[in-house]
Amino acid sequence: MQKPLFVRREHEVPRLNTTSLPDLIFTVLFFFMIVTHMRDVDLKVRYEVPQGTEVLKLAHKSAVSYIYVGRLPGSDEFAIQLNDKVSTIADIEAYLDEERSRMSADDLPHATVSIKADRDVPLQMIADIKQALRKSYALKVNYSASERP
Amino acid sequence: MFSRRFKSDMPQLDTTSTADISFMLLIFFLVTSSMDTDKGLARQLPPPDDQTEELREVEVKERNVLAVTLAADGSIVCDGSPVTTNELAKRVETFVANADDDPALPEMSQREVHLLGLLRVSDRHVITIMASPQATYDAYFQMQDAIVRGYNRLRNQLAVSRFGHPLAQCTAEERDAIALVYPQRISERIEEQ
Repeated sequence: MQKPLFVRREHEVPRLNTTSLPDLIFTVLFFFMIVTHMRDVDLKVRYEVPQGTEVLKLAHKSAVSYIYVGRLPGSDEFAIQLNDKVSTIADIEAYLDEERSRMSADDLPHATVSIKADRDVPLQMIADIKQALRKSYALKVNYSASERP
Repeated sequence: MFSRRFKSDMPQLDTTSTADISFMLLIFFLVTSSMDTDKGLARQLPPPDDQTEELREVEVKERNVLAVTLAADGSIVCDGSPVTTNELAKRVETFVANADDDPALPEMSQREVHLLGLLRVSDRHVITIMASPQATYDAYFQMQDAIVRGYNRLRNQLAVSRFGHPLAQCTAEERDAIALVYPQRISERIEEQ
């Protein structure tokens, strides 16, 4: 016999080939890059939106302006935040003009204002915001809310 | 020595750390971005009233009006009786649909609607909302949600019975046609009660 039938071999479990691990990570990375968007606003107010059943996804994200209404940290007072600054209702008109000028011509008819307000905000504040929106002819409004099953 | 052919083996780049680099990038993106979870209730505001114009009293028959009031404590009263949000949605449904031509419910008109033909259209009803300025936004939102729920249920019923698929799967044209049959006619006022 040339070769013995049973050859004692070093039985080492082959190590996992990790050469493709970076590729996997890049795949996951690209997934996150596509699915998420950069948070461009530093929230200064805390808020919790109400829950509703008839909520729809915001369409035309590029044509949306945001108004945040919530509590300032460490206080019980409600404040309005436009983009990055805490502002007042009087600043809304200027803010909307600014937003309108940065939108492209095809976005303008879809221009929406998303109101992200805390649940306990008194209605008077919301009504004042709506009045300011009406004066600037920003008539498409979206009350931001989470979905209730 | 010189006769020995140099083995042309380019020193290979040590790639053991590319995995670490990719982890870093991944963590960076996870920290600086947010998932797309923006949802909300879409509403249309009326154009601003001209301050100089006198508020014109429009003659509306009582049968065409559904009066909804929101008190400061968040309780909803519809046409005189207190309701929960689900009951409000039901009331809006029966009010707008007026399936049996009840004389206590709104008048319907016969109109020719593209894609649907001649049918009864609910274009004379009005839902008036009187909300107290001290009510919370949450209570107001729930009320709006209930009213929209009523309309959406009606529209969905029509979509399924006439087009065979639910409202969410309708084309823009079909949606417009259904919106003509059950338009959202809501008038709001915020004032002390």
